[in-house]
Amino acid sequence: MTTMTKTKPASPAEVQAPLAVLAELSHRCPLQCPYCSNPVNLERASNEIDTQTWCRVIDEAAAMGVHQIHFSGGEPTVRKDLEELVKHASDTGLYTNLITSAVLLDQKRVEKLADMGLNHVQISFQDSEAANADRIGNFKGGHKKKIEVSGYVRQAGLPLTVNAVMHRQNLHHLEDVIDMSVELDAERLEVAQVQYYGWALKNRAAFMPTYEQLSWATEVVEKARERLKGVLVIDYVVPDYYARRPKVCVGGWGRRFLNVNPAGLVLPCHAAESIPSLKFDSVKDHSLAWIWENSEAFLKFRGTHWMPEPCRSCDRREIDWGGCRCQAFALTGDEFATDPACELSPHHEEIFGLAAAEAEHEPPPFIYRKIR
Amino acid sequence: MSARVVIGADSVPAFPRHVKLHFNKQREQWVILAPERLLVPDETSIEILRMCDGAASVESIVGKLVEKYNAPHEVIMKDVTLMLQDLADKGFLVA
Repeated sequence: MTTMTKTKPASPAEVQAPLAVLAELSHRCPLQCPYCSNPVNLERASNEIDTQTWCRVIDEAAAMGVHQIHFSGGEPTVRKDLEELVKHASDTGLYTNLITSAVLLDQKRVEKLADMGLNHVQISFQDSEAANADRIGNFKGGHKKKIEVSGYVRQAGLPLTVNAVMHRQNLHHLEDVIDMSVELDAERLEVAQVQYYGWALKNRAAFMPTYEQLSWATEVVEKARERLKGVLVIDYVVPDYYARRPKVCVGGWGRRFLNVNPAGLVLPCHAAESIPSLKFDSVKDHSLAWIWENSEAFLKFRGTHWMPEPCRSCDRREIDWGGCRCQAFALTGDEFATDPACELSPHHEEIFGLAAAEAEHEPPPFIYRKIR
Repeated sequence: MSARVVIGADSVPAFPRHVKLHFNKQREQWVILAPERLLVPDETSIEILRMCDGAASVESIVGKLVEKYNAPHEVIMKDVTLMLQDLADKGFLVA
């Protein structure tokens, strides 16, 4: 479209309100996907903030001008107050999205959520083939249940996104995943390649595709996009291990997005707790707006002031905002380092050569996600 | 499986359920909201999109614009159709 822009370019100097909030209601989840984006140290149920606090956070987000709220987890449907929170958010005018594994939902609850004003449901799928999907999520009968619940979602008149996390152990089913999404009457398919932090980094050798597998997948997606124009929107997230330049992570640190974790800590991205030097503030102590503007964790990497060379003088510094800090720390031990996804990083060749070599070998067994 | 939406003069465009044209009071800004998507339409687009109420046809929308701006019908029709078709192809509009 020529007359519209996806988002307005932000001036680097001014802090605008975040566009979206990810509300991680709980880290509890019946599935144990070995690529889970949650931190390796998961919050227990006893640490979760209560309904009243969440409602206050929602009000504060809406007052800041936030557009969208994503209810996620873990598995957000483990919270009995989900309906109440959806209604509360919907009443403030926020666009409400439920990001779920779907295995705990039944028809009655889906209908109730629709009545409460839910705008959209995103269901994760581990594969198009039931046995492999259930093996990856380590939850027997999960895939069948997801198909059932997708039907309830459509019957309730709710729009559906299929979120399919793809990797070397299911990428060969990509065409089937696309067909499945069309059959489920989904509006949108997210083909999300595993991003390697936290749990996924522990399991990298089990998931990393080869360059050839990835090129094939890209071709499949491009063809399907053309064929399914106006029928199914396909979003495609490529792993940046094979990229030359880093991706812009969460729209730039502290620029577009914030994440409230189950205990009420406010994070610039869902993996930020993997950086030990960061200090987070809690919604129990401060308002969301105060945290957005003042919290050390947000200020530390917001903008370009923190950048070392070659990032500081790079002409892409306000395009990718230095890529991913969590990945820089996970792979180099230095959260200020140039993201190794960038070919200008001294670690680029070594790390990604290693990953490419892993992809050629027999995959090791999974380390499943669990709360210790 | 649904088919591709093709926008013509008789089409009656509307937003599908997952897409909201919303006025954000705090920002004093019209936005199109969809999962993982946020569009900030320009003023002309907003004017057209606010008429996409699931009742008005493209022809009647164009008619109003022709009258208001005193511009040639075929020019407006072409611009409006192009814009709406692009939005429909991206899944933001049904008809």
